[in-house]
Amino acid sequence: MCGSKVNISEANYLKIKEICASFNNNPGDLINVLHKTQDHFGYLPVEVQKVVAECLGIPATRVYGVVSFYSFFTMKPKGKYAISVCLGTACYVKGGEKILDALKSELKISEGEVTPDGKFSIDVLRCVGACGLAPVMTINGKTYGRLVPEDVKGILAEYAD
Amino acid sequence: MAIKMHILVCGGTGCTASGSKEIIEELNKELTAHDLNDFAKVVVTGCFGFCERGPIVKIIPDNTFYTRVKPEDAKEIIEEHIIKGRKVQRLLYVAPDTNQSVSDSKHMEFYKKQVRIALRNCGFIDPENIDESIARDGYAALGKCLTEMTPEQVIDEIKKSGLRGRGGAGFPTGLKWEIASKSRVGEQKYVVCNADEGDPGAFMDRSLLEGDPHSILEAMAICGYCIGANHGLIYIRAEYPLAIHRLQVAIEQAEQYGLLGKDILGTGFDFTIELRYGAGAFVCGEETALIHSMEGKRGEPTFKPPFPAQSGYLEKPTNVNNVETYANIPVIINKGADWFNKIGTEKSKGTKVFALAGKINNVGLIEVPMGITLREIIYEIGGGIKGGKKFKAVQTGGPSGGCLTEKHLDTPIDYDSLVAAGSMMGSGGMIVMDEDDCMVAIAKFYLGFTVDESCGKCTPCRVGNKRLLEILTKITEGKGTMQDLEELKNLSNVIKDTALCGLGQTSPNPVLSTINNFWDEYVEHVTEKKCRAGQCKALKKYVIDPDKCKGCTACARACPVSAITGTVKNPHVIDQDKCIKCGTCYEKCKFGAISIK
Repeated sequence: MCGSKVNISEANYLKIKEICASFNNNPGDLINVLHKTQDHFGYLPVEVQKVVAECLGIPATRVYGVVSFYSFFTMKPKGKYAISVCLGTACYVKGGEKILDALKSELKISEGEVTPDGKFSIDVLRCVGACGLAPVMTINGKTYGRLVPEDVKGILAEYAD
Repeated sequence: MAIKMHILVCGGTGCTASGSKEIIEELNKELTAHDLNDFAKVVVTGCFGFCERGPIVKIIPDNTFYTRVKPEDAKEIIEEHIIKGRKVQRLLYVAPDTNQSVSDSKHMEFYKKQVRIALRNCGFIDPENIDESIARDGYAALGKCLTEMTPEQVIDEIKKSGLRGRGGAGFPTGLKWEIASKSRVGEQKYVVCNADEGDPGAFMDRSLLEGDPHSILEAMAICGYCIGANHGLIYIRAEYPLAIHRLQVAIEQAEQYGLLGKDILGTGFDFTIELRYGAGAFVCGEETALIHSMEGKRGEPTFKPPFPAQSGYLEKPTNVNNVETYANIPVIINKGADWFNKIGTEKSKGTKVFALAGKINNVGLIEVPMGITLREIIYEIGGGIKGGKKFKAVQTGGPSGGCLTEKHLDTPIDYDSLVAAGSMMGSGGMIVMDEDDCMVAIAKFYLGFTVDESCGKCTPCRVGNKRLLEILTKITEGKGTMQDLEELKNLSNVIKDTALCGLGQTSPNPVLSTINNFWDEYVEHVTEKKCRAGQCKALKKYVIDPDKCKGCTACARACPVSAITGTVKNPHVIDQDKCIKCGTCYEKCKFGAISIK
């Protein structure tokens, strides 16, 4: 996977059509449609957005406007193991930034980036609601809590495959 | 044999993250192994609130409260407690002041002062089983409203209760419903539940939805009856998969029971509820932005008026309330406004749920009567500051709120006293900070959040907050001037007065409140280039004490920028101009010769 260019195959085109149809092609359900589409493709490249626009009968600019507005939607693919570091207030005061720094130096990428082998990506999020475990991070939805920077190496090693 | 014992296991997000799923599996395995499935039953509940000590397991009927339970403890719980009736002492909570173990949660400091109205069912019922909700008066209030009360009577009751919106601003709920009920009578209207809890460090709404989804559905139906709406929408963060799942299950069950859908309880009243997902935008907590987002558009706010009650979702009259506000409604109807309005202060009735987090011993979800003091919350419920450090501030109201300090510790908390103290109630995040937290850095943290989350529609918020962040960054890097401090104040006031929506109008609050309460700290950063908390990296200064330095050269070899010079067995020196304050030398020194100034 490189960049945000995917060729829309017949199968993918039909999949998007099917998702839109499940919402009766209602433009008011655009955000729900995009959630489903991102669940399927992992991200929302421009080509996919164009098909969504076509199905819902709205301009592609409106779809792009919504995708770029909300932080949950991404136009770039994430790593096989997507790491999210919580920097909500509770995690911030308990040293969430140090966890982020440790990850960055370990993986040699910045937040919002993917390792060259496509294995890990780092993102920052604001509060997963597990403030009792602060500071926390999640890897593909699995939560790791009460972290100290020294934990990072061992946790990443769990994903050595 | 009938079920005699229930083993309640917290299935909230916090406890799930620390392994409650595995505990449930192990408990069930042990029950089966001992052929006890007819005698005891494992129930997955919502949040107990005491997240610090999670995962929590509670045994009913003897109310034994086990803390920090691990999957491998399941065997002992079943064999000792369930079979032999002996409590597993090592899993009981030990009160830090008396060093005695406490078995029943109602005797714990953490719970003693709490009054649980909104959270009444959280940690008691299985949220995925409507029968358990009904057994605790679920949908009784809806039945009462539909069969015994007119919409006007219900609204009057809510007005009399004094309930104010729990989402932040505190607008009287009964009045809001009355306005919506009188707006464009006979037209299609909508009831909306705002579950877009974007405030970092707050998890009240999520816990409520995960622990007691039926109360919210019931209250929305009551609201629909009052204002003349037959459709409701819950706008919920996509980041809350567990809450979404439980709501979906709850809606389905309520429809099966005829408590939602067509002709509810045979009264001819129809009400349906659907979910709409947010997609990570803090501004969508603002009601006009939320409505645009529900319509599938960018979540940008618009001028009020028109208020949603006049023209909201799809330009129809719409009533928007927050999750916690709805959670109070059924209780008010069941127990009466006169019961409710005796709790709290003169202008703020009832209770408030807070997410207590930060540098405090007992992190968790608490519900306290309005009028309680910060001292009671922090030192009694919260168990004091972590590590015996000194209390510095508590932040309420998230990015829209402010910091309260030592001098506010004995102020009774309500909507108005918090505003008077320069903060606000907000949705209920309460972050405790100690002497190691730099207040300038905290203000910068919040501004960083606001700049990220500003929708960009109005200039004061889009540009003004960016400038505030730049000035704060300058100050934390030791490049600030006294003129900058004046600019901060002026610009903050301009943004407050001119921004379009609630997000922009309140975004300078963290700056203003830290300036008001911690002016000395700002001045220190500017004039002495000093950060007393040692948080601002650029202002840190690493110094080698020549008397303690043995000249082992470990620091010089480790320094990534060769800022340390010296010869073997002679004291070394750090070149402050070259030093990048990475702290490597500090960690390498075995003789404690390097200190941070």
